[in-house]
Order: sequence, then structure tokens, then C-alpha cells
Amino acid sequence: MTKIIVLNLTSDPPLLSVMRAAVSKVCEIAGFDAMDTSKIILAIDEACSNIIRHAYKGKGGQSIRITCKIKPTKLEFILEDEGEPADLKKIKSRPLDEIRPGGLGVYIITSVMDKVKYADGLEAGNRLVMQKSIPKDKK
Amino acid sequence: MSLKISNSVKGKTAVLKIDGEVDMFSSPQARNAIMELVKQRVPKVIVDLSEVSYMDSSGVATLIEGLQLCHKYNGKLVVAGLRANVREVFELTRLDKIFQIFQDVEAAKTNG
Repeated sequence: MTKIIVLNLTSDPPLLSVMRAAVSKVCEIAGFDAMDTSKIILAIDEACSNIIRHAYKGKGGQSIRITCKIKPTKLEFILEDEGEPADLKKIKSRPLDEIRPGGLGVYIITSVMDKVKYADGLEAGNRLVMQKSIPKDKK
Repeated sequence: MSLKISNSVKGKTAVLKIDGEVDMFSSPQARNAIMELVKQRVPKVIVDLSEVSYMDSSGVATLIEGLQLCHKYNGKLVVAGLRANVREVFELTRLDKIFQIFQDVEAAKTNG
């Protein structure tokens, strides 16, 4: 049976710490160990930061909805916003041999999560689906 | 949440201690503190991360910027006291190959 938790927050950076605490609990319920949990928190945090920075251009008070689905074999996060749609062709991680500040968020997200998919063709906003398999010995 | 930041400069070395969660909200605070030391051209900056319980890519970006600015005047920026989850961020982004990372501030003072 799928367990579902929905987190609604506004695009205000001080709220990211609240989101992280909630995602930590979700990972714990799903059965991830401390190291996997910290990586998953990082990935979701990076995705939320990208929404605030790029979809809402730093504007606070806008909607971010995180749906967490704990399935028998995987944990799924669906992030939805009502901001400026991202140009999917421009979403890419930078090469790690370029040592410069910034541009690591997408790399972290794709490294940590098993599946990352941005919805295409939405009329407004953005929808990002991320999945992480639950190791068999932790179910 | 805001960070607690303190620094002490003795001779050619500054120890910048950061306490809290470094994310897109709080990293500007860390950046300001590092920039202050860079402006003074402190030869060796040790960033003590032992009380940092979380760091995202904006925190890492802040440290990269500090490292590059220190290099411009032949200074050094090293990090010390990383917790396992913070070290993981460095390893994930392969910055453990770029930064000198020390067990603690004392080791950084002696060897860095």
C-alpha cells in the first residue's frame, strides 16, 4: 500500500529547514539509513532551491507542493510549482572539472535519485518527479 | 535559520567557525564572513565546519568562491571538522579533491 504525505510551503528560504525535517521523517518511515536520508534531503532541498531561484526568481510567498509517496519498493517525490516554466533543454548539470561556484544542484539531484523527470508541455508551472529505490534489506 | 559565525585572527591564520545549517537562506551570511577575511588578505583561512549540521550546494559554492579569491593573493582556504553528511556533499561533488580537508582545526593549523 502506498503511504502519501503532502507538504505545502511557500517559496521562502527560511522554510527549507522545515521541509528538510519533514523529508527526514519520510525517509525514516520508508526505511532508509542515515546516509541515504541525508542525500535524499539534499536532493529535495536542491530542487526546492531551484524552484525559488529560477521558477519564482526569488519571490517569496509562492506555492511549492511536495507530494511524498512511500511505495513498497520506492520512495517518490513530486514537486509542483506555479512559477515560470523551465526550459527543459537548459536544465543540465555542469562538468565537475569546472571549478566554479554554482551549478551543482542538478548534478546533486541526478546523482542521488534513481529517476528524475521534468514534466513536459504543462500549461503553467513545473512538475518534477524523483524516485529512489528502497534497498531490499530495508523494506 | 541564521548561522552563528565567529572568527579569530592570530598572526597569519584566521579560524572562521560556522554553526548551523548552511543553505540558500543562510549561505550569504557565511559568504559575507569569508569575504571580510579575503578583503584583509589573511594568508590562511581555516573554515571550521564542526558545528555545521547541513550544507547544500550554495554553501559549497560559497567555499569555492572563497578558495578562488584566496588563491588570487596566494592565500589558502582550508576546511576542518566536517561531519559525515557534510563530507558526503564534498565527495558527491568531487570537491574533496579540490579542498584541503582536515580532521579538526588543530590539524589544519599544524598541517594546512
